Amino acid sequence: MEIQFKNVNYTYQPDTPFENKVLHDINFTIEHGSYTAIVGHTGSGKSTLLQHLNALKVPTTGSVWLGDYEVNASKKQKALNDIRKEVGVVFQFPEAQLFEETIGKDIAFGPQNFGATEEEALRLAREILPVVGLDESFMDKSPFDLSGGQMRRVAIAGVLVMKPSVLVLDEPTAGLDPKGQLEMMDLFNRLHEEEGITIILVTHQMEDVGKYADNMIVLDAGRVVDQGAPKQVFKNQKWLQSIQLDVPQTVEFANLLAEKKQWEVERLPMTLTELADGIVRRLEAEKQVNGHG
Amino acid sequence: MDKLILGQYIPGDSFIHRMDPRSKLISAVWFIVLIFMASTWWTYGMLVAVVLFATVLSSIPLKFYLNSLKPLAFLLLITVVFQLMFSQGETVLFELGWVSITQEGLINAVKIILRFVLIVIMSTILTLTTTPLEIADGIESLLKPLKKLKVPVQEIALILSISLRFVPTLMQETEKIMNAQRARGVDFSSGSLIQRMKKVVPLLIPLFISSIDRADQLAVAMTARGYRGGDSRTKLRQLTWTKLDTTVMLVFLALTFGLGIGRYLF
Repeated sequence: MEIQFKNVNYTYQPDTPFENKVLHDINFTIEHGSYTAIVGHTGSGKSTLLQHLNALKVPTTGSVWLGDYEVNASKKQKALNDIRKEVGVVFQFPEAQLFEETIGKDIAFGPQNFGATEEEALRLAREILPVVGLDESFMDKSPFDLSGGQMRRVAIAGVLVMKPSVLVLDEPTAGLDPKGQLEMMDLFNRLHEEEGITIILVTHQMEDVGKYADNMIVLDAGRVVDQGAPKQVFKNQKWLQSIQLDVPQTVEFANLLAEKKQWEVERLPMTLTELADGIVRRLEAEKQVNGHG
Repeated sequence: MDKLILGQYIPGDSFIHRMDPRSKLISAVWFIVLIFMASTWWTYGMLVAVVLFATVLSSIPLKFYLNSLKPLAFLLLITVVFQLMFSQGETVLFELGWVSITQEGLINAVKIILRFVLIVIMSTILTLTTTPLEIADGIESLLKPLKKLKVPVQEIALILSISLRFVPTLMQETEKIMNAQRARGVDFSSGSLIQRMKKVVPLLIPLFISSIDRADQLAVAMTARGYRGGDSRTKLRQLTWTKLDTTVMLVFLALTFGLGIGRYLF
């Protein structure tokens, strides 16, 4: 499903002294099957924007196209459940949404709301557990007996079980240990690559953006200030820092090499492997020059 | 969610904003007592004038006061209907079967509406111009004399200010969990009454859990920072009673006399 924002503005509590305009004239397109990262420092409007992606919020002016469905202020919202089934949202600290007695029932909650019978929903829940790295023995346990990381997996399973074609992730790795973070990001990448799910990732981790995303949208004070491939956006480290954002460590390292040693590592390395390859190529080139010289 | 009046403080620097929370609390309660003293149109007129004057002094748009009445409109309507239908009286204006509307009933209904509206607006003036923490401080200070009767005033005040402090937090939390459950296909705004009640479960349980967690964390944080109750505690926000407050109290005293006289003379 393609997602398109057209001149979207959003104002909290309009016409009161608390009026607060958080989104200004947002325009962008998220293509079907892409992996898009949304970055911006705290208070840049990321969370508000995210709630437009499954019509939890309706733009004050402008419109959001979710596939063929238009969301705007002048239209009475119908068929929202169809949208919400298509666009799965994993909110920040999603473990806060758990409430059932057993993990199985909690995961089955979504499908049942979308019309599945209890039996069907429980079967779907059983099937989804291995996807998030838990086994079937968890079905009948209480979600409140789990560790934080496991609770997060259950909550994510509760969204994945609806088989969304677009998955929106709001800082999904916040508060996890490094191993858990890596496993989580790998899980999402696998879903993206193997099942073609469109991923929209809201994050502060520029390394993750560089490693996984093919498109990125930069927000600052409620405006889209840059968008494009991470390799393009990360070219301008100074400017990103001026809006309190950063580049991946690998890019920073390459920039330092260029600055201190006049070593131009040709491409902006998005991963450690790319950085290492770049350095190796550079060293080999130098060796050749020296050897001939 | 935005319509909840509690904690709807609107910052400002009006005459009423500058009043001491204690004098505002006393005024609000005093005013409610005065309303029940009122009987004749004359006295009602005086009270309406006071409320109008106070709303002007608060320099808050009238819209906010009208909004505060909205959630109570239904209650008001029912009261009025009952008054009209079941009041005894002699001058019958209208009759249909066993229902008769009398002039006395009509007058009673109008008076009840007036009382109701006046009380709501007066309390709204208090909550719109005073931060919840100021109100808690004010109540603590006013309850101090009860300490002699071994009432744990400080603890009550602490409970009050913690509850008030966490109202917005709890509302945020509610919205967050509501969003998460709506994303999982819950439609909170449709269905029969029983269906809707069932839908609240996925909202309430996470809220309970996070509130208990939060209470636990708060207790640890308070202990870690050396909180101890008791008399030796000093206050960060000192309340200051100024001439302004004394003036308001005098106005209320005069008003009380005025009403007392009005009751008998007119």
